[in-house]
Amino acid sequence: MSLLTLSHISAFYGPSQALFDVDLALDEGEVLALLGRNGMGKSTTIKVICRLLRHRGGTVIFDGQDMARLPSYRAARAGIGLVPEGRRCFTNLTVEENLIAAARPGEWDFARVAGLFPRLHERRSQSAGSLSGGEQQMLAIGRALMTNPRLLILDEATEGLAPVVRQEIWAAIARLKSETGMALIVVDKSLGELGRIADRAVVLEKGVSVWTGAFAALSPALTDRYLGV
Amino acid sequence: MRRERVLNAALLLGLLAIPLWAWIVDEPFTITLVTRAVILAIAGIGLNVALGLGGLVSLGHAAFFGLGGYAMGILAYHAQTYTPLIEMPLLIEGTKSMPVIWLVAIAVSALAALAIGALSLRTTGVYFIMITLAFGQMFYYFAISWPAYGGEDGLSIYVRNGVAGLNTMDPLTFFAICYALLLLVLFIVSRLAASPFGLMLGAARQNPARVEAVGQAPYRLYLTAFVISGAITGLAGALFADLNRFVSPVMLSWQTSGEIMVFVILGGVGRVFGPVAGAALFIALEHWLGGLSDYWHIYLGAILLGVVLFARGGIYGLIAGREVAHD
Repeated sequence: MSLLTLSHISAFYGPSQALFDVDLALDEGEVLALLGRNGMGKSTTIKVICRLLRHRGGTVIFDGQDMARLPSYRAARAGIGLVPEGRRCFTNLTVEENLIAAARPGEWDFARVAGLFPRLHERRSQSAGSLSGGEQQMLAIGRALMTNPRLLILDEATEGLAPVVRQEIWAAIARLKSETGMALIVVDKSLGELGRIADRAVVLEKGVSVWTGAFAALSPALTDRYLGV
Repeated sequence: MRRERVLNAALLLGLLAIPLWAWIVDEPFTITLVTRAVILAIAGIGLNVALGLGGLVSLGHAAFFGLGGYAMGILAYHAQTYTPLIEMPLLIEGTKSMPVIWLVAIAVSALAALAIGALSLRTTGVYFIMITLAFGQMFYYFAISWPAYGGEDGLSIYVRNGVAGLNTMDPLTFFAICYALLLLVLFIVSRLAASPFGLMLGAARQNPARVEAVGQAPYRLYLTAFVISGAITGLAGALFADLNRFVSPVMLSWQTSGEIMVFVILGGVGRVFGPVAGAALFIALEHWLGGLSDYWHIYLGAILLGVVLFARGGIYGLIAGREVAHD
């Protein structure tokens, strides 16, 4: 049975429809790349999964549970962790406080997150607002891990970061896959890096899931057509 | 951080030293004055849990302060008149025991905060301010129109309530009781602020949606903070009524809510010890400026304006610097 299944999802922002009949499925331990150009519905799909946006049609099933009526905090408690676009750390708290505040029972604790991102340990007493962009991204990932999710969603986790920092983030994501068996949904523009970790891909075009399959099966023709690269 | 700790210690030592000095030179009025500052500091710490940690601007905290006061007044009134509080379905009598009165004051205020908070926290911003103000005024007018307990004239208690066989009519003894409770409240609130709950409350103040994304419901965080805040303010109300041996609807008025908020702003919003400094300064100004002019509130207003415009972290922000995090 799939860990997450989205069937025929439609979603709206006011009167504007953003998602049309989107289908998506994810198994335990699987890494799914969610692809598409800007404005095609990737972030909206993530919002629907995390219950930050209510869908009007279709079903969202996570771990056998219908998520339709759940508020977003219940989705997080059910095991969906989100690393949002733009990081959005709690800048009025220190690094350690950001992590402790989000902690839920499970394998992930401060020491384990600090093992994944040693820089966070070095900066543990520093205000989150004073961190570099890369460090804030590490903190955002660490904060999501502290909720001990079964599914971690990374929305543009490496966007706007220096190449060296991006490599650190990708290395951490790869470790998450190999060492934890956690299911991941990754939104990113870097197809090369995604190719090293993603098992499958879903391509969105104007709010419709137009292609689903093994990541390795993504042909140049497909990427040219739907991703514009 | 170090300067803040030094300021905390200086403040607590100062509040302890002044009554001791006043006892030595036989100045009981000064002891009562500092006791008043200590009690109002507890009320300020209570409001600061909602306002400072949770960003909830409540203009109705006088309701909890007054409920604490009336809990004391009503229980002591029935004890001193030897009349039962309730006869049916079970007999409940009044009491002159301070610990019992404190527990009742805390429970009643917490319950009121739960009911008020559950409704008020469905709103935000200016609507939240107005709805808390409206609830506060409801309690105020109810107390005025309730003749059984003095109505507008209030309720006098002949002898201060007792605890552990101590002579609570002795100003220094009563000060020591209030000071011990202040230390206890400071300890609890300090631990609360540093706990995952306190941290998440601070985070919710900054970004409620992000707090939801890590599995916390901002409404529940706010409501819990509001109930704790109300309970602490209720305890302060019971002590305040015991200090004066008198409770009246004034304790429930919106001016009282405003005064408690002034302690928090003067001392430093969000700083655990801030309301202690704010209440101490307020009482000092009231005493000194009140001796110079009946219109001392004008000077207080000017000082408050200066703090808001030029020292936004209050006395603590001015002396100990703004916090790196938590600001």
